[in-house]
Amino acid sequence: MFRIRYGLFWALCLIAVLSNATELQLGNGNEPETLDPHRAEGVSASNIVRDLFEGLTSVEAGAAVRPAAAKNWEVSSDGLEYLFRLREGLRWSNGEAVQAEDFVAGLRRSVDPATGSAYAQMLIVIAGAESVIAERQPIEQLAVAALDAQTLHIRLQVPTPHFLGLLSHPSTFPIHRPSLQRWGRDFARPGRLVSNGAYTLESWTPQSSIRLKRNRYYWNDAQTAIDTVVYRPSEDSNTELKRYRASELDVTYEIPLQQAPWLRQNYGRDLHVAGYLGTYFYGFNCSRPPFKDNPKLRRALALAVDRQVIVDKVMNGLALPSYSLLPPGLSGYTPQRPVWADWSREQRLAEARRLYAEAGYSAQRPLEVELRYNTHEDHKRIATVVAAMWKQWLGVRTRLLNEEFKVFIQNRNLRKITQLFRAVWIADYDDPTAFTDILHSNHGQNDMAYNNSEYDSLLAQAAAEVDPSRRRGHLAQAEQLLLRDQPVLPIYTYTSKHLVKPWVQGWQDNPLDIHYSKDLRIVGRPAEAAR
Amino acid sequence: MIRYALLRLATALPTLLLLVTLSFFLMRLAPGGPFDGERSLPPQIEASLRAEFHLDEPLPRQYLRYLGGLLRGDLGPSFQYQGFRVRELIAAGLPVSLTLGMCAMALALLLGGAAGIAASLRPGRALDQGLMSLAMLGISVPSYVVGPLLVLLFAVLLRWLPAGGWEPGRWSDLLLPVVALALPQIAAIARLLRGSMLEVLRQPYIRTARAKGLPESRVVLVHALKPALLPVISYLGPATAGLITGSVVVEQVFDLPGIGRYFVQGALNRDYTLVLGVVLFYGATIVLFNFLVDLLYGLINPRLRQS
Repeated sequence: MFRIRYGLFWALCLIAVLSNATELQLGNGNEPETLDPHRAEGVSASNIVRDLFEGLTSVEAGAAVRPAAAKNWEVSSDGLEYLFRLREGLRWSNGEAVQAEDFVAGLRRSVDPATGSAYAQMLIVIAGAESVIAERQPIEQLAVAALDAQTLHIRLQVPTPHFLGLLSHPSTFPIHRPSLQRWGRDFARPGRLVSNGAYTLESWTPQSSIRLKRNRYYWNDAQTAIDTVVYRPSEDSNTELKRYRASELDVTYEIPLQQAPWLRQNYGRDLHVAGYLGTYFYGFNCSRPPFKDNPKLRRALALAVDRQVIVDKVMNGLALPSYSLLPPGLSGYTPQRPVWADWSREQRLAEARRLYAEAGYSAQRPLEVELRYNTHEDHKRIATVVAAMWKQWLGVRTRLLNEEFKVFIQNRNLRKITQLFRAVWIADYDDPTAFTDILHSNHGQNDMAYNNSEYDSLLAQAAAEVDPSRRRGHLAQAEQLLLRDQPVLPIYTYTSKHLVKPWVQGWQDNPLDIHYSKDLRIVGRPAEAAR
Repeated sequence: MIRYALLRLATALPTLLLLVTLSFFLMRLAPGGPFDGERSLPPQIEASLRAEFHLDEPLPRQYLRYLGGLLRGDLGPSFQYQGFRVRELIAAGLPVSLTLGMCAMALALLLGGAAGIAASLRPGRALDQGLMSLAMLGISVPSYVVGPLLVLLFAVLLRWLPAGGWEPGRWSDLLLPVVALALPQIAAIARLLRGSMLEVLRQPYIRTARAKGLPESRVVLVHALKPALLPVISYLGPATAGLITGSVVVEQVFDLPGIGRYFVQGALNRDYTLVLGVVLFYGATIVLFNFLVDLLYGLINPRLRQS
């Protein structure tokens, strides 16, 4: 009898402990393509990888860099040499020690073309990376070395002020070498994945859920408050919203644009809308008529778009009007604004008409242009509004061409049949070059075919500059050139948009929209909301 | 009978081979590739990815490689869901689609059958008109309207059932999607059975059965229902296959990890192997259910069995 009572007592204790275990349910957009930090590309994959792994640095809410796996670091006076010292006692989720060599292996793997990382190009600031990628030189050429188990040395090609921020990116995360050796590319699966972050992978049911549990070997596990994090993919933001309303999700990945006014009214307290380092724009194909060698025409079209109307009426206030490719919110940099951004609408239209006429177009000889976008209701609505504005104010005849995404991307990359096309750029790191670089004449993302040697030269000067103030100056000059030449027509700056339940504490909006689950806690969740 | 069954199965193989061949080459004709995205890849990286998935080989060799894999039961790796084999993805989605499809079909047969029989007994009366109007509504209102309405009522407002998602073994997850998936089928079966029953009930042998003084329930459920089921059964084959292979809309509305979503996502992402795998699975399921319908036909109608 005593034994039964004793057993019952411990069973009840166990239930009590288990019921106190906290679980966070996060909406996470599309199904992630992989949880391999060096092959992950999308935001939904990166969100999970940041919980599983930890880089040398991480970013704080204000996008400031903080030490993570690295305890501290030293930077040489020329800004080219970095020496990182790892924290003592770092462990992988299987208890093995994390060593500097694991970071070397991670960086090498990311840069190695055989890995197929979408972010390899981002790491060309490291000495030797360019030759490894472009010339297929041995991966050992990458200037990254473990001086001992705790010390890592990295030499850069050019001084890169944002390099510390770059090291919070998943593509720079370490790799558990024995797992990679044993499982090859299929190591990122439950039961195989060994991670060094605050969480470890418990299960993955495709299209249903990815469940993480806290990593007891994590160096700062004592500060982790949430025991289990469940990422739930959802392709439809309306479905996700319904699940949030039914309290099946604690945080949404996004919100449906059309529901914004209703959400403001009914879920104003939960709604988190904040500036995000991303720009929605139209690109002009500068290598083909009618936009080739025709900056006046490009500027006329840019002037005749009323961004505020698009932001208010189409985006339901969930964006900010944009006049430059570089969004506000970049650390230590104030984006340039064209002078006409502060003009009245009448002034802008008068200038637009003048430039339109100088470019050789008139009511009798109107511009006929094709505007391409990929199939999406929001792109269609924006394109329709922009075309209507051009028609009304300049008489431009715009043909809207809706293409399936892959067809659209292929046409855009080929630069042969495109004239004007939808585009978007989201920063991978918090630095102006995250945006300015894509318009370099050699950059693979330059679908505008913008080719200005002066611009390229300013970017080169900025890259070689150690002094932050002078560097900012070069970048500002380059941005001014973009405003003058107008190879792109910025429309709006993105915002991050989430619904966050009031019981989720520690959520802080930030320009990179990065949220680590280890920084969150659940306080006062009603019993009926706990699943 | 066994010989007939084996013959039918043997003829299915060339059909499936043709299906795979056509799908393989048609997919490659679609513009754009699996690695085209908003972010352009450096040529060296793209070349490396193409080599990894053998996309750098000539098309005929890729085709033979795929067929070789099929013979070994391997549907290849998914291009989009890296680290997953297509076989694994289909195996993960199959229990969901199968459970949903079979439950929806059972519900549709039960309710649709009952409604069809009830309506056919009093043709033109209020019950008949009411049921048939409801059936018309069930066919006309698409599941992307019914689904969200069900969620709004039962999950958001009443909080009785989950709004979406799928946890193995949690039956409450099934209820709303099954109803949304079954509604059009309930309506279709009710209309089909009503028409067929009306025709059978006019037959002389039914009059004879009634004249012999058999109870009405026996006349309807035994003598009339069996022959009246034939058109319903021929409808059931493709309908069940359709339900099992997944409903993209219902899966999306309820965030269900079924197979249907892979088809759409695979096609949009040019995940060739995933699309081929799902097409092959669809084809095999349709062939299988048509075959089962033929067998059922034989069981119900002895004349067919003899021929």
